[in-house]
Amino acid sequence: MDWYIILAATIKIVVFVFLVTLPLVAMSVWAERRVSAAIQDRVGPNRVGPAGLLQPVADGIKFLLKEDFTPNHVRKSFYWLAPALTMIPSLLTCAVIPFGSQLFGEKMVIADLDVGPLFVFAVASLTVYGIVLAGWASNSKYPFLGSVRSTSQMISYEISLGLSIVPLLMIYGELNLGRIVMEQAQNGWALLPLWGEGLSVKGWLLAVPLFISFIVFTTSMFAETNRLPFDLPECETELVAGYHTEYSSMKFALFFLGEYAAMIIGSGLAVTLFFGGWSLPFGWLTPESLDAEVPFWHGLIHIGVFFGKVILFIIFFIAVRWTLPRFRYDQLMKLGWVVFFELALANVILTALLLMWLK
Amino acid sequence: MANTSKELEIQDSAARAAQLAGAELEGYQQTTEDLVGEKLVLNMGPSHPATHGVLRLILELDGEEITKADPDVGFLHRGDEKIAENMQYNQFVPYTDRLDYLAPLANNVAYALAVEKLMGWELPARGQTVRTICCELARISAHLLGIGAYAMDVGAMTVFLYTFTQRETIYNLSEQLTGARFTTSYTRVGGQTRDIPEDFLDSLSKFCDEVLPCIDEVDTLLSRNKIFLDRTRDIGVISKEDAITWGLSGPNLRGSGIEHDLRKSNPYLDYERFDFDVVVGSSGDCYDRYLVRMEEMRQSVRILRQCIADMPDGPVNVADSKEMLPEKDRVLMNMEELIHHFILVTQGLDAPEGEVYFGAENPKGELGFFIHSKGGGVPYRMKIRSPSFINLSILPQLLEGSMMSDTVAILGSLDFVMGECDR
Repeated sequence: MDWYIILAATIKIVVFVFLVTLPLVAMSVWAERRVSAAIQDRVGPNRVGPAGLLQPVADGIKFLLKEDFTPNHVRKSFYWLAPALTMIPSLLTCAVIPFGSQLFGEKMVIADLDVGPLFVFAVASLTVYGIVLAGWASNSKYPFLGSVRSTSQMISYEISLGLSIVPLLMIYGELNLGRIVMEQAQNGWALLPLWGEGLSVKGWLLAVPLFISFIVFTTSMFAETNRLPFDLPECETELVAGYHTEYSSMKFALFFLGEYAAMIIGSGLAVTLFFGGWSLPFGWLTPESLDAEVPFWHGLIHIGVFFGKVILFIIFFIAVRWTLPRFRYDQLMKLGWVVFFELALANVILTALLLMWLK
Repeated sequence: MANTSKELEIQDSAARAAQLAGAELEGYQQTTEDLVGEKLVLNMGPSHPATHGVLRLILELDGEEITKADPDVGFLHRGDEKIAENMQYNQFVPYTDRLDYLAPLANNVAYALAVEKLMGWELPARGQTVRTICCELARISAHLLGIGAYAMDVGAMTVFLYTFTQRETIYNLSEQLTGARFTTSYTRVGGQTRDIPEDFLDSLSKFCDEVLPCIDEVDTLLSRNKIFLDRTRDIGVISKEDAITWGLSGPNLRGSGIEHDLRKSNPYLDYERFDFDVVVGSSGDCYDRYLVRMEEMRQSVRILRQCIADMPDGPVNVADSKEMLPEKDRVLMNMEELIHHFILVTQGLDAPEGEVYFGAENPKGELGFFIHSKGGGVPYRMKIRSPSFINLSILPQLLEGSMMSDTVAILGSLDFVMGECDR
C-alpha cells in the first residue's frame, strides 16, 4: 500500500500547493490591486483578460523575461539563496493545513501531523533567514537596515504569535489541526460558539480568551507577513524597498510571492484555528467524526468553504493595508513586547483559570 | 599553598581601545571606533521616494537614531534669478509657474503683484477678486498634495489618492480659467491674460461643495488615527523662538503657534474684504502642521465662497493705455494701438527706477520678490525669497536626535517643493 500513500500525497501536494496555493498567490496580487483600486476610487488593472484576471500571468511573464541581474557588489551565494529561503517555508507550511474534509476517502491535508501549529511556526520562522541573508548579501545600506528591522520584528512577533494560540490549544487539548477543525465543526467555531456544546455558558466564557487570542494572532500575523501597518522592513518611503532593494526579475518575484504566500498561509491558519476551517456554520454537512465517510459533493463543498473563508480573510488583510498608516520602528517593537506579549501571556493565564474553574 | 591575590583591572571597551591604540601593537590594529561601533552614513536622495523631488540628505545614523543630518540642496537649480535679469517682466511669468509647481497660480499672482508694486499700479476690484480666487485655489491644491504626500510618507497611501482626485478638479478649473492645467502663466503685469470664463464661478462653487467632504474624509482617516498620532505628535517640534529665528513662514510658522499671515498682517489684493481665520497650532509638532494645513483648506473654501457670492463687475486689468497691451482687434485696426503693441512687445513696459519687495502668503509660506530696477523693461536684479528654502534650513536641527523613520514624517510635515527651494 506504500505506493498508494505516496501517490495520494503527491497528488495532494501538486493539486493543493501548485494548482491552488500558487495561483491563489497570483490572484491575491490581482485582488490586492483591484481591492485597493476600489478603496481608492480607481479602476485598477482591467485590461489583460476579463476584468484584468490575467494580469498576474502578464506580471509573471514580465518577471521571467527581465534580465536576471546580479550586482557586482553582492555576495553571490547568499544573494541567490535568500529569495528561495523566503519562498520555501511559506509553501512548506501548506502541508499541515486541512483544506477540506475528505475526498475519495482521503483526508484533505497533505500531512496529518499531530503537532500542526508547532510545525507551522517552526517552519515559518525560517523565513527570517531569507530576509537576513537578502539584506546582508546585498551589501548595501538600505537593504541592510531593512533586514535588521525585519529580523527583530519577526523574532519579536513570533513570540506573541506562538503564545496567542496557546489558549486555543489548551481549550481544545489538541495539536492536530484536523481534529481542531472537527471539534469546531461540531461544537461551534472558536469565535462563533452558537451550536453544539459551544452553546453553553462554558462555551461563551471560553470565547473571551479565544477572542483575545484572535486579536493577538491576527495582529502578529500582520507583523509576521510584513504587511502594513507593520511593513517597516520595506517601507518604501524611507528604505526605498527594504531588503529586496537590490533584487530584480524573478528573484524579486520570489520575495514578492513569498510574502503573499505567507499571507495566504497565515489566513489559512487563522481560518483553521478560529473560524472552523472547512466547516459550515451550525454543523451543516458536518460528518459524524473525522473517519466517517463523507459524500463526494460534501467534500467539494468543504474545500470551497475553506478557500472562501481564506479569500475573505485575504480581503480583510488588503483592506487594512490600504487604510492604515505605518508604525515607527520603535513603536512597533514596543507594541510587540509591551502590549501583545503581555496580553498573550495574560490570556494564557486567564484561560487556565477559566478552565480550572469550569472543570 | 599560600594564598595570593591579584588585582584584575577591568576596563570598559573604549578605555581598552585607547590603551591598545597607545601601545603600538603590530598587526593588531584596533581603533576606538572599532570597539564602540561606528556610525552609518546614509545618503538619502537626491533620488529617494521620501525627499519629494531632489533633496539630498546625508544622515549619520547611530542605529536608528540620527546623530547628524546634512541637507544638500541645489539639484534643481536653474538660475531663475539670473534668467530674470535677461528678460522683460512679462516674459518671466512662465518661470514663476515652475517655482512652487504645486501652486503656479499663486506664484503668478505674487510675481505680478511685485512688479505692479514697482509700477505703482492697483488692479480694479474684479481683477483683485479673480486673483484672490487664484491664490486660494492654489492654496487648496498645494495643501491637498502636501497632506496627501505626507500621509503617503507615513504609510497611508489611500489618502494621497483621495486628495489627488480633488486636485484633478482643481486642474480642470485651472484649465477652464487659463487654458493650461499645470503651467498656468495666468497673470500679466497689470492684470490677467483674460477675464474668468462665463461658467467658471458655477464650476468653482461645485468644487467648493465637493472638496469639503474630501477634507472631512481625510480627517476621519488620519486626525484621530492612533498610528498617525504616534507618528506625528511630539515629533519634529519647532518652538516659537526657533520658528522665528529660522525665519519660517506659512503653515510651518503658524503650526508653532505664531499668528502671522500676510493676508491679515499685510493685506494685499482684497483680502480685507473677506472673513477668514488665521489658523495657528499650539505645540509646533508635525501633527500641528498637519492640522493647520487641513484647517487652512477649509478657510480657503470659505474665502472662495465669499468671492463667488460677491464678485465685482467691471474690468479685470489696469486701464493704462501706455503700458498695457491693447486689445488684439484694435491692434489690427488702429495705428496707435499697433505702435503701442510693437513697443511693448519688443522693449517691454517701462518700469520706473527703484527697489521694491513684495511678499505674498503662498501655500508654502512667504514667497517674496525683490526687484531692483534701473528703469526700462528688464530688472537689474531680482531676488526670490523662496519659503521652501528657508523652511528647510531648520532641517539639520529638527532631524538631529530623531529616529530614522521620523525623517519622512518631518520632511512631509515641512511640505517643501524643491523647484522653489533651488529656483
